[in-house]
Amino acid sequence: MTSIFTPDGKQTACTIIEAGPCVVTQVKTKDADGYSALQLGFGDKKEKHSTKAEINHFSKSQSAPKSFVKEFRDYFEDKNLGETITVDIFAEGEKVDVVGTTKGKGFQGVVKRHGFHGVGEQSHGQHDRQRAPGSIGGSSYPSRVFKGMRMAGRMGNDRVKLKGLKVVKIFSDKNYILVSGSVPGHNGSIVLIQK
Amino acid sequence: MNAAVQFVHEQLTAKKVYPKFKSGDNVTVNYKIVEGGKERIQGFRGDVVKIQGTGATATFTVRKISDGIGVERVFPFFSPNVESVVLNKVGKVRRAKLYYLRERSGKSARIKEKRM
Repeated sequence: MTSIFTPDGKQTACTIIEAGPCVVTQVKTKDADGYSALQLGFGDKKEKHSTKAEINHFSKSQSAPKSFVKEFRDYFEDKNLGETITVDIFAEGEKVDVVGTTKGKGFQGVVKRHGFHGVGEQSHGQHDRQRAPGSIGGSSYPSRVFKGMRMAGRMGNDRVKLKGLKVVKIFSDKNYILVSGSVPGHNGSIVLIQK
Repeated sequence: MNAAVQFVHEQLTAKKVYPKFKSGDNVTVNYKIVEGGKERIQGFRGDVVKIQGTGATATFTVRKISDGIGVERVFPFFSPNVESVVLNKVGKVRRAKLYYLRERSGKSARIKEKRM
C-alpha cells in the first residue's frame, strides 16, 4: 500500500496491483462443455516445475506453463485461444471488486476473532477474565451448546471480497492498476479483480 | 523500497526541493489554503518536532506556541499544497523526536540555536 496526492492536495490511500498480462489458455463453450467460460493464466513457471500434462495444456495456446490459472464464467467479451488480456479492460474512475485471501492470524480468542468485549469488570469477583467469552448457553435446557456458537479458534486465511473499490490510476505499459484503499492478503499475494 | 511503489511515485509525485532541515530547526512552511473560493498562501512558523516516514509518503511535524497554546501541524513532504519551506534557524538538539517539548512551556521549551 501507498498513497498518492490529487492535484487539489487530497491524499488517497491505494494499493498497487500488477494485473496481467493474462493469457487465454482455454475457451469453454456451451456446446462442448455445457457452459461458456474463459480460462486465464497468469505468471510463468519453469518447465522443470510443471508436469507433462500442464506443458501440453499450455502449448495449445502457445504459452509457457502458468503458475496461476482461473476460470471466468460468461466472460464479457469473446476472446480466442492464446490472446492476452491486459489492464486496458479497466478504466480510471471505475468501480471494481477485489477477491483475495486474508492474512492468517492463527488461533485467536473471541475478543479479536468475533469482537466480544470480554468480561467487562476487573472487580466484583472477576479475576484474570478480561478477554473471556462469558456464558455459552443455558443449563438443563437445552443441555447442549448450539451449533455455530462463536468461540476461539483459527482466524484469517479466509476468502474475502471487497466491493466497490475505485480504480484510481492505470499504468498500461507496466500492467499496474491502483485501487483505492486496502486489499485482502499479504504483500505479493494473488488477488482477483472483477468488474 | 518495493519496485512497483517506486515506479508509481516516479510517475505521479511531483519533485520538490526543500532546504535541508531536521528536528529542532525553526522553519516557516508556506502552504495553500482555500478561503471563500479563493486560494492564498499562509505561513506556519515553528520548530520541527519530528520527521516521519520514507519516500513519497514522508511527513514532518511543526510545533509553535500560538497565544500560549501549543499547536502542532503535520505536513506531507510531497503535498501539492505545501508551497515552500524556509529554514530560519538551525537548532541544537540531542534527539530526533522532540516530544519532550509538549510537557514544557516558556523558557524551558526553547531550543538552543546552533553556532555555525
